[in-house]
Amino acid sequence: MSEASATASFRSLPVRPILLAIAVLVAIAVAIFAGGKVIAQQMVSGLMLGSIYMTVAVAFTLTIGVLNFLNFTIPTLFMLTGMVAWGVLSRGYLSVAGGWGWLLALLIGIAVAVVASLIVERFTFRYLKTRHGDATEHAIPLVSSLGFLLIFEHLVLIALGSEAQRFPVPFKADLYAFGLVIGLPQLASLLLALGIVATLTYVLKRTRMGRALRTIAESPDTASLLGVDVARIVPVVFILTGLLSGVAAALFTVNYGDVSPFMGEHIGTKAIAAMVLGGLGSVWGAVAGGLLVGLAETLSIHFLGGDSVQMVVWGLLLVVIILRPQGLFGASAIGKAKL
Amino acid sequence: MSGYASGIVAILCINLIFAYAIFVTAAAGQLNLGGAGFQAIGAYAAAWLSSSAHMPANVTIPLAILASALVGFVISFPVLRTRGVYMVLATFAFGQFVSGFLLRSPTFGGAIGMVVADYIGVGALVICAVVTTLLVFFLMASRLGLAIRSIHDDELVSTIMGVNVRAVQVAMFTLGGALAGLSGALYAHHFSFVEAQYFNSLLSIYVLLFVLIGGTQTAWGPLVGSLFFTLLPELMRVGGSWRYVVFGVVIVLMMVLRPQGIVTRALVARLSPRNWWPASSRAATRVSDAG
Repeated sequence: MSEASATASFRSLPVRPILLAIAVLVAIAVAIFAGGKVIAQQMVSGLMLGSIYMTVAVAFTLTIGVLNFLNFTIPTLFMLTGMVAWGVLSRGYLSVAGGWGWLLALLIGIAVAVVASLIVERFTFRYLKTRHGDATEHAIPLVSSLGFLLIFEHLVLIALGSEAQRFPVPFKADLYAFGLVIGLPQLASLLLALGIVATLTYVLKRTRMGRALRTIAESPDTASLLGVDVARIVPVVFILTGLLSGVAAALFTVNYGDVSPFMGEHIGTKAIAAMVLGGLGSVWGAVAGGLLVGLAETLSIHFLGGDSVQMVVWGLLLVVIILRPQGLFGASAIGKAKL
Repeated sequence: MSGYASGIVAILCINLIFAYAIFVTAAAGQLNLGGAGFQAIGAYAAAWLSSSAHMPANVTIPLAILASALVGFVISFPVLRTRGVYMVLATFAFGQFVSGFLLRSPTFGGAIGMVVADYIGVGALVICAVVTTLLVFFLMASRLGLAIRSIHDDELVSTIMGVNVRAVQVAMFTLGGALAGLSGALYAHHFSFVEAQYFNSLLSIYVLLFVLIGGTQTAWGPLVGSLFFTLLPELMRVGGSWRYVVFGVVIVLMMVLRPQGIVTRALVARLSPRNWWPASSRAATRVSDAG
C-alpha cells in the first residue's frame, strides 16, 4: 500500500515541465558560453516567439487529442481577436475606459474568438454523426473548418480592410539581465502562457471535466455509455480553443504592436509544426514543440537567412511525422488519448 | 473567344486536371493536402527545361509529368506509413517544403520566379483536360477502378478480398503526381511565368475542396466540383469580397447537408439513362446512399 502511494506521489511530480525548464536553461547557458551574446539574444527572442506558438499549438493539439479534428479555424480565431480589438479601439468605442482601453479591447477580441469558436462547433460537430462510412469521412469537420476560415477572414476584410494596423500599447519596458534585453511584456507573456498550460494540464488530469474530456478522447461511444454527456462536453473544447487562440493573439498584439487580417496564417502554420514536433494530442509536447519552433526560427534566420525558415521547419516536420509520428517526446500511443 | 472567356477556360482546364490528380488518391482513400507541391514540381520542371535547356513544350511537358510522377512514387512510401490526420499533415508538410525549397533555390529564380519561353494556347489545354477526364473515367470503370472503390469504402475488407491495397495506393499516388505535374506544366506554358508564392497552402486547400465537395465516389465528382468552384466565383464577381463569404457558407452547408459530396454513386445511378424508365426490369440497379 505504502509502495503504491509512494509511486503515485512520485508520478504526480510535474516531471516533464521540470525537464523542459532545465533543458531551456541549459541551452541558453551553452549558447552564452559558446556563441556569445548575439546568439543568446536570438534564443531569448526565439523563446518569446515560441510562447505564442506554444499557446496556439496547445489549442490545435487539444482539438486533435479529444476530437481527432484538425481545426483550421484556429489561425482565423487568432486573427479575429487582434483585428476586432483594433477595430473597437480605433473607432473610439472604448474612450470611456481611459488608459485601459487597450486591455478592454483585447478582452472583447478574446470574447469574440470564443463566440466564433462556438459557432464553428455548432456547424461542424453537431453533424458529425452523419456517418457514411468511407475513408475520407474524417475530412468532414476539416472541410467545414476551411469553409469557416473563408467566412471569418473575408468578413474581417469587408469590415476592417486589408491593411496591417498599429495597435497602441501604452507601455514599453525592457529588462536588462546578464547583458541581454528582455521585453517585460514578452516575459509576462511567456509566464502567462506557461501558467495557462499548467492550469489546463491540472484541469485535464484532476477534475471531473478533465476526466470526461479524456474519456471522449479515448472513445466517444464508450464515454456516452459511461454517462458522459458528450454533446455538453464537446463545446468545452471549442471554448478552450477560442480562449487559447484569443489569449495568444492578445499576447502577440501587445508584444509586437501590430495586427493584420493575415496575422493568423504565419502563426497557424508554425503552431501546426510545433504540435507535430511535440506529438499530436500531447499538451506538454505542444509546449516543448512551440518553444523549439520559436528557437529554430530565430536561429535559422540568424544563420541561414529569412527565406530558409519555411524549408527548414517543414522539412524537419516531414521527417518527424514519418519517422516518429508520436512526436519527439511523446509516448508510444499514437493519436488519441495522450492528454 | 474573348480574352476574359479564354482565361476562364484555361484556369478551368488546369483546375480540372489538378482536381483529378487529387481525386485519384482520394478515391483510394487518402487525402493529399500537398497538391500544390506536386503541381509546383511539374510547373518548375517545365519552366526550367524550357528556359534553361531551350526545349519545346512537347518535350518539356512529358518530362515534367515524369518528374512529378517520380516524386509522387518516391514520397508515397513514407507517406503511406501514416493515415488519417497524420497523412493530411504529412502531405501538407510536403507541399510547404517544396514551395519553401523553390523560394530559396537560386537555380529556379528564388522569390523572383521564372519566365517560361514556349507558349501553348487554350486549345491544347482543352484537349489535355478532355483526355485526362476520359482517362480517369476509364480508370474508374476498369478492374483497377473496382479495387480503388473497394479500398475507398473499406480497406480491411479489400485486403481480405485479395486486393493489393499498398500497390494500388502507391499507383494512385504516382498517377496523382503525374496529373498534378501535367497541370503545373500546362500552367507554366500557358501563363509563361511561374513563381513559388503561387503554389501555396491555400491552393492545396482549394483543390482538395473541389474534390471533396464534388464527391470522391465517382469520377463525376471532380468535374462537378471544379466547374462549380471555378465558375461560381466568376458568376458572383459583382459581389466583391462577399462572394468568398457566400462561398464559405456554401462549403459549411454542403458538409452539413451532403457530406459525401455533390455527386454520389446513388445519384449517378438515378440519373443514368438506364433508369429513365423505372418500369423496365433493367432498373434494378439499386445503390444505397451509403455507396
